Formats: sequence, structure tokens, C-alpha cells
Amino acid sequence: MDFMVFQYPMITVQACLDGILLGILFALIAYGMALQWGVMNIINIAQGDLVILGGYIAYFMYLYGIHPAWGVIVSPIIMYFVGVGIYKLVINKVVDRDLFISILATFGISILFMQLMNFAFGADVVLANSGYGTTFLFDSAVVLPNSKIFSAFISILFAICLVIYMKKSKLGRAIRATAQNARAAKILGVDTEKVYAATFGINAALCGVAGALISITFTIHPYMGLPYTIRSFMIVIVAGLGNLPGVALSGMGLGVFEEFADYILGTEFRIGSVFLLLVLILVYRRFKLSRKREYLK
Amino acid sequence: MKINKIILSFISAVAILLSTSVVSFAKVVGDKIVLGAAISLTGKYSSNGVHTQNGYNMAVDRINSMGGVKVGGKTYKFEIIYYDDESNPKRAAQLAERLISQDGVEFMLGPYSSGLTKAIAPVTEKYGVPMVEANGASRSLFTKGYKYLFAVLAPANLYLDVAIRTAVELNGGKGVRIAQAFEQDAFSQDVRLGILDAAKETGSEIIIDDKLPKELNDMAATLVKVKQMKPDVLVVSGHTKGALTAIRQIAEMKVDVPMLAMTHCDAAKLSKQHGKNSQYALCASQWHKTLTYKDDFFKDGMTYAADFQKEFGYDPPYQSAESSAALLVFKDAFERANSFDQKKVRDALAATNMQTFYGNIKFAPGGQNVDKPMVLFQVMCDGAGKCENKVVAPLKWASAKLIHPIPKWSER
Repeated sequence: MDFMVFQYPMITVQACLDGILLGILFALIAYGMALQWGVMNIINIAQGDLVILGGYIAYFMYLYGIHPAWGVIVSPIIMYFVGVGIYKLVINKVVDRDLFISILATFGISILFMQLMNFAFGADVVLANSGYGTTFLFDSAVVLPNSKIFSAFISILFAICLVIYMKKSKLGRAIRATAQNARAAKILGVDTEKVYAATFGINAALCGVAGALISITFTIHPYMGLPYTIRSFMIVIVAGLGNLPGVALSGMGLGVFEEFADYILGTEFRIGSVFLLLVLILVYRRFKLSRKREYLK
Repeated sequence: MKINKIILSFISAVAILLSTSVVSFAKVVGDKIVLGAAISLTGKYSSNGVHTQNGYNMAVDRINSMGGVKVGGKTYKFEIIYYDDESNPKRAAQLAERLISQDGVEFMLGPYSSGLTKAIAPVTEKYGVPMVEANGASRSLFTKGYKYLFAVLAPANLYLDVAIRTAVELNGGKGVRIAQAFEQDAFSQDVRLGILDAAKETGSEIIIDDKLPKELNDMAATLVKVKQMKPDVLVVSGHTKGALTAIRQIAEMKVDVPMLAMTHCDAAKLSKQHGKNSQYALCASQWHKTLTYKDDFFKDGMTYAADFQKEFGYDPPYQSAESSAALLVFKDAFERANSFDQKKVRDALAATNMQTFYGNIKFAPGGQNVDKPMVLFQVMCDGAGKCENKVVAPLKWASAKLIHPIPKWSER
């Protein structure tokens, strides 16, 4: 145990800001998971692997001399079609089945994606350099890499766009209707098959954005997806499905929690503490999270 | 009747084929010495697995084309049976069993990484199969009393030892304040133990001692502590991920530290991925092409590097060089044993005392190579941003002078 983080106020501020910026990025991934969970009742274990795949798209743009920040536009477009493809190939066969079947199916997809990425891109750890520099606050006592600020900003931007899209567009309304009551929506002429495919696509696109941001901020590697899946799963469990501000808040909360766990317990317990928190929350909630499809605002 | 005959002849043909193929897999057939190796061609170690395989292949071709191995007045050529262990220790152990008991291999080459070597060593030991390995440096490999395991590389605890000693020397012999962050795996933790030993001997103090989990790609918390505590040396070891993450975040957070020492810089292609941001980083390496060791097959490091570049299209990382050296050791041992008896070859291996382009090789009773020091290189960049690794320690091999302390970010 080390309480240095509380002894120096500037380190406390630094930890909070780092955590919040990180948490916003987590929240974006979790938002995609909540959307798809709410609409299709599918818990996507491959979420983190979609994120990493999105990161590789940005990385390859960087390799070919394009600034990786453009990845946040290109990567979601490609990932949307990847998502729709996965839906057509696998998910539409399990979407009306038990929750556990879908968990197994997406678990399989996750393993497949890991191995394919390893096969296609190699096992090297890679990253894309944005060259964004650094912001100094409070007389250089707090240091924030601009890439982190950029990630948080882009995440918020995409979340806002998506909320507006869900509220205003025809497809968005259809998605919400399907989430409320798929059968009723179908009777009223909503092509639910199309809605499901689009939902999965949108989720993959959000993962693509997040992946591009991660390749700029951190590092990517074919086997690094699982922690992102766990984090978003946890955020959704805490926030509930129909609760976007809740997703954002619990995302930031998780980010700050991680940073503080890192300082207090030691870096080795950082990811471990996330898992522990997940267990605690699950016990607390006692799986109250209903299995029925919920409406996502 | 006719059909029966056809079936019979078909079966016997298959049987003959099978029997000949089994025979051809045995250890020494005709003029071939068959070695076995389980290598990570897929999975998370696949890049380094390929470096290892390229190193082995390069040496096999070279030795075969330069006259092969002479045993009992006859010339033999090397051949290697490879299997892909999928970077998975269990699979590696299974494949070792298979190589030995099914394919009849009597001499083994090591896999990539300490973890996989640890998985294979009990198997080779059980069957009394001599294994020369080039990519398992973990200290725990050499404390188990294995009799048939020989490693051409220096053990992990020596990787960054020289960095601490150099820092102390530059500090006028007084102890230094060390901050360290190590991944939680066998190899990195061994590197850490080496630092602890060096710190104790030099009277240095460890003020930050972080352990990084395998999934980690964010070291910001450690680096904030470093900024606050201002250590004299920052040591990071976490394979390629640790090296890349550290450099990225040190540059982004403008962390000033007089000395930064790491492992896996060349595997991480540090200077290529990070350019000038990686400047001044000190990296532990088993080998560097500018070292002046010599042998008859590859001549010296520079020639090896050039030949390797020509054959495989990239500059050889030390993982390839040490793998090539493993074959040279085998050849030398076979010729001195003048026999293919496993026991005799093992004894000959244990008595190895030779120089290769990769370094001197002499095994301690535990099997580790005690005759080859680690080298430390520093990433140095020119004005145009082109970066190169230059050996700076130990002084005997240095091709450039160590830049110390590292200039502050505000002055770069």
C-alpha cells in the first residue's frame, strides 16, 4: 500500500484527470456494448477484439504515411461492414437464442479474431505516432498528453452524434422500437433483421473509433482485446442498459478507480482490481440485471 | 481376385513408404544429423519465433555448405525438423515428446522464450536428449540441476546489471537511486532480481519498484511517481510492449531521468517506431553486430549481419544471432565427441570452450553461458532524425561514448 497519491495534491489531480480521460474512451466502447446488448440481448465477448482490429486499421494508415487521426473516420466505416458481416455470418443464427449461446458464439469470434489478427499483422506490439505533444497544467505539475485529450474529445463527439442519430433518424427510431419490443416493431413494419445488422454494425464502428484512438494513445497487439471487453462489460453492468449518462459516468468512474488502484495497490493490481470490482458489483447486484430487452435512449 | 491383388499391393506400398519415412526421421540417417525444434511460428511469440528459425536455418545452410560435420572420418549434414508450438507451453512439451519418441530425434534445439524452454527442458531431460537452446534466459532454467540443457546466452539476471554498475561508476562509486518497473513474467522478474543484487552490492537504493501486468499498456502512474521522486536511473523491462509503452509515455509526459535502461529495444524496433523520442535509451542486448568476436563460419558480426540481411531482408536481431550460434556449438561438440552417443555428446557440450561470431561460449554446470557478457547500447540519433544503436558498455566493446545524463526534454 502506498498513499503517495494523496500526499501530493498535484498527483491526485493528475490521477483524476488521467482516469477521466481514459474513462471517456472506455465509455465509448461500453456504449456500443450497451446498445447491442439492449437491442439484441447479446453480450459481445469479441468487443475488445473489434477495438483492436479498429486500431490496426489506423496503424496501417499510419504506416502508409496518412496521419493516424484520420483513422477515426476510416476505421468506423470499415468496421461497420465488418460488424454487419459478422452479424450475417454468425450472430443472426443466435440472436433469438439463449443468452449463453450468444456468449459462446461471440467468444468463438473473439478467439478467431485474435488468431486472424496475429496471422495477418504479426505478433509485434505496434503503435501509431500522432505527434500531438503535451499539455502542461498548474506550472507543469500536471502533464497531459494531447493524444489522450484528443481521444476523449473524439469519443464525446461520436457519442453525441450517435445520440442525436438515435433520436432523429429513421433507423435510430427503428432500433429503439426494436429494443422496446421486437415483435411489435416487426408487426408494425420494421425490418428487424436489418435493424439487428445495423446495430451490430454501429457497435463495430464505435469499436473502430475507439481502436483508432487507442493506437494513437497506447499500444495495440492482437491479444490485448480482453481487458477492453471486461471494462465495457463492467461499465454496462454498473450503468444499466438504458442509461447513457450512466455509461459515461461509470466509464469515468472506472478510469479514476483504475488510476487510484494503480497508485495505491501497485501497478500489478491495476487490471486485477478491475476484475475484483466486477465480482463485487455482480455480487451486489445479484444478477438483478434483468434479461429482458431494454430500451436504450 | 484382381481387386484383392491391387489392394494388397497398395497396402504394401503404403507400408513400405511409411517404414522408409520412419527410418528417415531417425536421428542420424545416411549423411544427415537430424535435430528437432519446436518453434513459435504462430501465436504471440511468432515474430521472435521466426527470428529464431531464420537464425537456425542460416547456420544449417552455412555449416552444410562449408563441409558439414565430421564425425568418425565421415561428413554429415545438419537437418532440422520443425514443429509449430503455437506459443503455448503445453503444446511445446507435447511436441518435444513427439520429436523424441515418434520422430526419433536424439538432439534438440531450443524454442523461443524462457517459458517455452521451461516447458521442454523436463522432457529432454527425461529422455537424456541434449538440447542447446538460444532463447531461454530465465535464471530458474539453470538452477534445476538439468544435465542436458545448454544455453548459449547470458542468464536474465545479468541483462541490466551492467547499467546499474555503469550508473554507480558515473556517480563516483556512490550508490544511485533506482526506479524500476518490470512485467510479471519469469524473464522480467529475473531481470529484476539481477537489479536487486546489483543494487545491494553497490549500495544503491530502490525507490520505486512497480510490477506491470501482462495486459498493461499504460505506465502513466509509474511515470508520475518517477517525476515526483526524481531517481537517477529508470529501469523498464516488459518485452516489446514495455519498451514501446515506456518510450511513448516518457516522451509524452516529458519525464526527465538521467539514465533510462530497458530490455527488448531491438525486438521492439524502438528507433524505427519512435524515432527521436527513443534517443538516449540504454538497451540490454545479448549481441550487437559491431562486436569483434570471430569464427570460421560467419567470420564476424558485421559479415553475419550483411549475409543475414541478404538472405532474409532485415537486420538480424540478437535472437537470430544466438540461434545461429547454437548450431555452431552443436557442430563443435559432435566433432569433439567424435560420436553420436547422446552421453558423449552431452559431455562434449559441457566441455565447450569456443569463440563464435556471437561471443565466447563456455557452460557453467547449470548450463548457462558464463563467458559472454551482456552489452549495452544506446539509441543515438543524428540531426536528420536517423537513429542507430551504438554499443556503449562494457568499455571493451564500446563503439561510442555513453551520453550521460540524458538531456532534459526542455533542452532537446
